[in-house]
Amino acid sequence: MKDRYEQYLEKREEYFQRIQRLNRRDFIRASGVAAAGAAMSGALSPHSFQPVDVKAAGQSFRFAYISDSHLYERSLNERFVRSILKAVDDVNALDPQPDFVFYGGDLAQLGQPKELEEGAQILKALKAPVRMMVGEHDWYLDMGEAWRKHFGKDTYSFDHKGVHFVVLNSVIVEDYWTGPKLTPMERMLAMAQLDNPNGRPFTVGDAQRDWLRNDLAGVAVDTPVIVFSHSPLYKMYKKWNFWTDDAEQVQALLAKFKTVTVIHGHTHQMLTNKIGNIHFHGMLSTAWPWPYAPQGLPRLTVRMNRADPFDEFDGCGDGTVDVAGTGRVDKNFNFWSRNPLKVSAAYLDSDGLLSKPPRESDINY
Amino acid sequence: MTRIQNRILFVIAVSCLAVGASRVSASDGPARSGAAQAADVSVTLCDGETVMSVPGLKPGEVLQPERAKEVAAQMLQSWRRSQGEERWAAWQRNVPLETAARSGGAEAAQAPPAAAQAAQPTKFTARDLQLWQREEKKWIDEGYKNYHSAKALGGTIGISCDMCHPDGSNTHPETYPKFQSQTKKVALLRDMINWCIENPLKGKPLAENDPVLRSVEAYILSTRKGTPLDPGKH
Ligand code: HEC
Repeated sequence: MKDRYEQYLEKREEYFQRIQRLNRRDFIRASGVAAAGAAMSGALSPHSFQPVDVKAAGQSFRFAYISDSHLYERSLNERFVRSILKAVDDVNALDPQPDFVFYGGDLAQLGQPKELEEGAQILKALKAPVRMMVGEHDWYLDMGEAWRKHFGKDTYSFDHKGVHFVVLNSVIVEDYWTGPKLTPMERMLAMAQLDNPNGRPFTVGDAQRDWLRNDLAGVAVDTPVIVFSHSPLYKMYKKWNFWTDDAEQVQALLAKFKTVTVIHGHTHQMLTNKIGNIHFHGMLSTAWPWPYAPQGLPRLTVRMNRADPFDEFDGCGDGTVDVAGTGRVDKNFNFWSRNPLKVSAAYLDSDGLLSKPPRESDINY
Repeated sequence: MTRIQNRILFVIAVSCLAVGASRVSASDGPARSGAAQAADVSVTLCDGETVMSVPGLKPGEVLQPERAKEVAAQMLQSWRRSQGEERWAAWQRNVPLETAARSGGAEAAQAPPAAAQAAQPTKFTARDLQLWQREEKKWIDEGYKNYHSAKALGGTIGISCDMCHPDGSNTHPETYPKFQSQTKKVALLRDMINWCIENPLKGKPLAENDPVLRSVEAYILSTRKGTPLDPGKH
């Protein structure tokens, strides 16, 4: 019996051969349309990325994302290592290459130096430059010390082709460890349990909000802004921290800008929201998909189908973000075991009337 | 209500005769056989209390189908005698006593309002109830621990159930049994738990009667309390 990874390699091989066959047939038919059609239908393309038209006014560009890999040491757990390697392969295969790759947090499972070291090594294989964000799994063993050693600041901003990017650390919680004298590992394990009944809500916190106010002070209101946060910067389901406790205050700082997008990790699923002028998108995890929260799902979210428990890659993946000249973004979900899906700016701008992503056909309950 | 429901469910008589050869009840018909022979087999009902000796049935003998039906009917009658007519009526309607008294239908409409009606005597006290709940909670807590542990289920790669199923989400215990096309078998909840132990956790499947497996089953079921059963749902 082949193990799952061998099966995956075999499938991948098959896929590449099919692509070659397809290319030959297309060549004979001299019909690019057929190929695009086949690719869009997902008949053969879990590993390919479709080029997406951007109605370019200013400079349009694309970046890729990888998120929530939850690495243990390789000797303990190969599975999640395989998954992040798959994402690195995917992104390196993009042609043209994305302008950069954004990593959405939770690179490590328990914040251990060896886990972070391993993750850092793996991400070094990416051809495009990498921008990092921290997640709670990276942070709570040593309050970010090892993470910062590898990747630098957890809060920062940068400008790229006319867009102002902000990266936040949205996983700050009040001190629950000093009182009961928890060891660092106990603190980490408590934080790593999503359904911990004693969990504390994530925040961006006063200090970072001050920083953000300052950072944004010099940015013109018609400059497109893209914010990265590990947790969604809104309130969905507190019990699992699909939630940021001071979300409204952060949103208020962003409200004056004409074009704002927030892209978050943590939730391991397709999630879409719009609050005022702000578009929100979740990222997929490379490690596992999470069930949808029992409450608070945003109206504009089109849920992804339930995952197949018999396929370790189903519901997982990576993706790309196409930033139009206007600064609005189309979010592409590159699922490994199913058709890719796009949630476009048009869908959000039209409040869900236009460009609806295909609805789920395998219901969650 | 659950108390009475439990009591009634205990008494699904025919299929679960408990043979207690040493217990003989004189009240349920005289033994026909001579004193020199072995005593008749006596049987305890599923309530664990009502005992009846089966006239003429000797240890090692099997009842013929017709006779078995008769005996089952007699056993139910002896339970009826021990429980009283009202409970018997409820048993026959196959509803818990309290529901029967409260809910619609002609009989219920004529019944006096629940508040005015005297409660039936019961030997189960609040302390019994507490004890049962405490015991049940022990199982569920044990299951919670195992479910949230990367090792207790024999997992070898650091993964635990809660990582993918926080609060028991997406485990759908109410949908079992159901056919799993991937394994080409009808699965019970515990089969699927075992599948997840073997695969995402990379452990070894547990024996059906393993207390660890049973505790996880108990925890998962407890997370869906109140959800209607829906076997076969996908
Ligand atoms: C790596 C992620 C992962 C882990 C860890 C995991 N599962 Fe699953 N499991 C899944 C996915 C995905 C499904 C499919 C969910 C669906 O059908 O909506 C599933 C399905 C199930 C189902 C069947 C649900 C149904 O609808 O019939 C049960 C029961 C289950 N898991 C129990 C467990 C138990 C118990 C554990 C721990 C031993 C566990 N799982 C660990 C991912 C996981």
